[in-house]
Formats: sequence, C-alpha cells, structure tokens
Amino acid sequence: MTLKRVAALILLAVVAGLPFVPMGGMRQYVLHVVIQIFIWAFIGNAWSLMGRFGLVSLGHGAFLGVGAYTTTLLWNFYGLTPWIGALAAVAAAVVLALVVAYPCSRFGIVGHYFGLVTLAVGEVIRLLLIAERDWTGGSLGLTLKTAGDASFKAVQYADKRVFYYGAFVVWLLGLWVWHRLDRSMARAAMEAIGEDETAAASVGIHVSRFKLAITSLSAALTAFGGVVYAQYIAYVNPETLAGVGVSLRIVFAVVLGGMYSLLGPTVGTALTISLSEYLRVKFGVHFIGMAETIYGLVLVIFIIFLPSGIYGSLRGLVVRRPYRPASGGTA
Amino acid sequence: MSNLLDLLLNNPLLLAEAALNGLLLGGVLALLALGLNLIFGVLDIVWIVYVDLAMLSMYLIYFTVQVYGFPLLLGAVLGIGLGVLLGIAVHLLIITPILNSPPINQLLATGGLLFFIQSLATFLWTTDHRSVRLNLPTIEVAGMFVSFARLIAFGLAVVVMIALYVFLTRTYIGTAIRAVSQDRGAMSLMGANPQRVYVVTSAVGGALAGVAAALLIIQYSVHPYFGAAFGPITFMICVLGGLGNMFGAFVASFIMSEIISIGGVVWSTEMGYVIAFALFIVLMFIRPGGIFAKRQ
Repeated sequence: MTLKRVAALILLAVVAGLPFVPMGGMRQYVLHVVIQIFIWAFIGNAWSLMGRFGLVSLGHGAFLGVGAYTTTLLWNFYGLTPWIGALAAVAAAVVLALVVAYPCSRFGIVGHYFGLVTLAVGEVIRLLLIAERDWTGGSLGLTLKTAGDASFKAVQYADKRVFYYGAFVVWLLGLWVWHRLDRSMARAAMEAIGEDETAAASVGIHVSRFKLAITSLSAALTAFGGVVYAQYIAYVNPETLAGVGVSLRIVFAVVLGGMYSLLGPTVGTALTISLSEYLRVKFGVHFIGMAETIYGLVLVIFIIFLPSGIYGSLRGLVVRRPYRPASGGTA
Repeated sequence: MSNLLDLLLNNPLLLAEAALNGLLLGGVLALLALGLNLIFGVLDIVWIVYVDLAMLSMYLIYFTVQVYGFPLLLGAVLGIGLGVLLGIAVHLLIITPILNSPPINQLLATGGLLFFIQSLATFLWTTDHRSVRLNLPTIEVAGMFVSFARLIAFGLAVVVMIALYVFLTRTYIGTAIRAVSQDRGAMSLMGANPQRVYVVTSAVGGALAGVAAALLIIQYSVHPYFGAAFGPITFMICVLGGLGNMFGAFVASFIMSEIISIGGVVWSTEMGYVIAFALFIVLMFIRPGGIFAKRQ
C-alpha cells in the first residue's frame, strides 16, 4: 500500500465519520455546507470531463435545469418517484446533449464558437422555464411536494445525515468516472482531438463518436447532479439551476481548482463555497456580493498566472512528471 | 404561429408598433455589437464583460445626473470617458498578459472580470433598479406610440455608427485597425507596433460602450444584472453577423431586435428571446461564419 492510498483512506474515514463528530448546534450547518460541496463538486467534475479536452461548455446550466425540473415536475404532477424520475431526467439531458453536440461536431463548431452556442442553449432552457410559468412556476420557482417526515419513495429526509452520505457516494461516483476515463483509451483519443481535430481524424480516431460520447456522459452526470440538488433543497428555481449565471459558476469553480486533475473541481468548489459561506456568516447581508467579488478577482488572477488551477499547480510541484494540459480549442 | 396570424389580422397596428420599437432597439444593440466586434476583429478575443463595462458607465451617468444633479450631457461625456478608460484598462491589465494563451483562457478571464464587476455592483449599489428620469413625451405616429427617448437614442446611435465608419475608413489609425483585423501577422512584418493598435481599438471599443450606456440609461433602468440581460444577445449578434464583420453585425442587430420585439408582443418577452437564441443556434449550424459568410 502506497503512501497515497493510506492518505486517501484516512481522508475518506474522516469524511465518513464527520456526522458523528460532536459539534453541538453547528452540526446541521456544517453538514449543509459539506453536502453542497459534494453536490457542486460532482457537477464540476462532470463539467471537467468535457472541459479538460477543450470542449468548454458555458451552458451546463441547461443540463442541470433539465435534470432538476424533470424529477420535480414528474413528482409534483404525477407522483412519480424520483428514483425513476432520475432516469427520465438523465435521458432528457442526454437527448438535449446529442441535439446540441451532433450539429456542433458535424459542422466543426469548436473553441469560443462552441462556448457561445452552449451559452445560448443554457439561456434557452432558463427562459423556457420562466416562460412556461403555468407549470414551472416561472421565476418564482417550484417547491417539491412534501411527503411527510422521511420518505424513501419521495427521497425526502429531514435528517441531513441521509443526504450527507447520499451526496458523499454520488461525489465518489463522479471521481470514479473521472478516474476510469483518465485511464482509458478514450482519454488519449480525446486529448488528440482537443489538440488538433484534423490530425486526430487522420490517424483513425472517430472524432464525432468520441465527442458525442463525452458530451452525453458529462450531460448525464450534470443532470443527475441537478436531481440530487433539487431533492436536497426541495426547491427549484430557473436562476439557480439554469442559464448563464450557474453555468459560469460551475466553470469558474473548476478552473479555480484546476480542471486537469482528479481533485481539482472538488478543491475549487470547496474553496468557493467555503469563501462565500464564511463571508456570509461574518458580514451577513450587508456584504452581499462580496464573496463573488473576491473570487471573480481571484479567478482572473488565476487564469493569468496559474492556468492549471490551485490543485493542479500544487500537484505539478509535487509530482515530478510535468502535468501538461491539453491546449484549449483550435479555433 | 396562430397568435402571430391572429394579431396580424385583428391588430396590425400593435404589430407595426412592435416592429418600430424593434428597429429603435436595434440601433442601440448595433452600437454595442459593433464595439464588441471591432475588438474581436482586431484582437481575436471575445470580451464577455463588454456590456458590463457599459453598465458601469450607466451607473456613472445615473449618479452624475440623478444624484448630483448635473446635466445629462456632462453625464454622457463622463460615461464615455469612463468607457475609454475601462477599455484601455481591460486591455492592459487582463488581455495583454494572456494574448498568446488558448482562446478559452481569454474567454474565461474576461468572464471572471464579468463576475467581479457584477458582484461589485451588487455590493456597492445593491440590486435596486435605478433610472435617469427625463420628462420626454411619447409621440403618436399614425396611431402608433413611440417613446421620444428611444427615437433620440436611435438617431444618435446612427450618427455614432457613421462616425465610426468614417474613423475606420478615412483616418490613418482606422485604416491600421482594419489592416490588423485582416491579417494580424502582417502587422509586425511591416514594422508597426501592434500594441498601439490594440490599445486604440480597445479605447474605441470602450468609447462605444460608453455611448451605448448614455443611450441605454434614458430608456432602461440600470441594475447589477444589466450586463447579464443584454450581454448574451450582444455576443450572439456578433457571431451571427460574423465575428469581426462590422456590416454583418449591423444587420444581425436588427434581425435580433425585431425578433425580440415582435416575439415579445405576440407571445411573451421570454419567448421572444427564446426564438432569437434558437435562431442563433440553428444559424450557427448552417452558417458558422455568420450570415454573410460564403457557404462552405
């Protein structure tokens, strides 16, 4: 057993034991923050599956929104359990991803053009959610119908520990997918595509197939993240789950942590959420916007000086093999 | 579709009014799109933060006019001045260090700045909507009601666009800007200093954002999410017209503003935008180089 594995196991044990650490009245709050970190780190991780190969999507809010609203609407109107609703949500997100990604790949839309097309998709979903206000509740959002105190069928629990372990498992699942992809041939193929599509195609890589597959996978996981978030918060809103705002937030957290490394999205998400929570608790409502102001600034500085992110750069110092990210789009 | 037909048959005047308002909105959108496109043509970078710079100028004009009681003209001059300074500052502080980075990093850096400006505005001025109140009349033309402020804004936008055209075609630096946007590499080969052209371009782009701010503040109220409301449509206009293609951006502005305005009357404001964005996505697939690009 290597030192790395021991460290990872200790870390996992600490995380798993956290709900049983005596924290007095703080327990609910600490768990709430950590659950949010798990969910958003999972979503960031899903985004980075595409982002690290130069497929920078600025519209992942679309998949998040589709996921969250599908289960919520199915539950509220038809009483369909989110266990099945989640499958529908993931399927809907994959269909949307294919509808967008196929023409993008077919017509060679890469780089910032890809970013702008996905940004438009995110806005279309947000505006549709607002426009269809008769059943989505418009800008006011929608609250999940409650099913009593604790219900397995409705996936609603008042006890935060249930969601804590649920989100923990989901987060681990995201890391596992990332790791599997990192070890696969698909990673080499996608890196080649990210560097130069024409060259990749010339050595026999099926460019469209790989791009569609990675986009679908990323969209599916993002939608699932949206479902988990909606179940936990029990409230969905077009501004927090779709559109440019949340899409950029996902991207920024990942870029901050580093999109080319396994734990980068988690580190970035943990930092951004902790910072905004810290400032919120410390300064209260008078400092609304201060947290974002600081991390907007930090982000610009990072992109200029540390393009591989905090975790990516630290890792680069420790690991001897230089960690060279694939360059961005080719446009 | 039935809504549109219904309106066309029963209330054509309402539709005509929407079309006219779309035209007037198009003028101001064109100004923003031309500024963004000018920078893109020369630097090959999309300033996602562009409309947020205009928003800062709008705040300055609001405070000058509405809070401190100075005349609007002074406010407009200050707003344009701030636009120029912001344009130069963004170029020197953010773009220059990453001029040779992958395009995505450049996009994200200006995106980070957007986040910064948006949140700083929320922090400093809260999310209140603020507007400059001018007692301008509403004019009735053949049964249609048109706001005088919009009419003035449209007229001034057209004047500024003509001035931009003259600047780009009749002055030495304007010609240099067009030369760089045609071939970036050749600029250095000719022994000219690209940085000077970049700074001038960013300053002109910033000035256009300032002018747009002055024309927007008399029609709309300003709030921290103003950039988020007008930003996406502005990039889409640029891409639709062909990034760097000034004439394309000009035409695309009116196409988009008409869709938004007419869609807004026929269905709802959100649906107007949904149709505009959906059209953008579809047109990107059919003509990725913009509506005036040669078919591939």
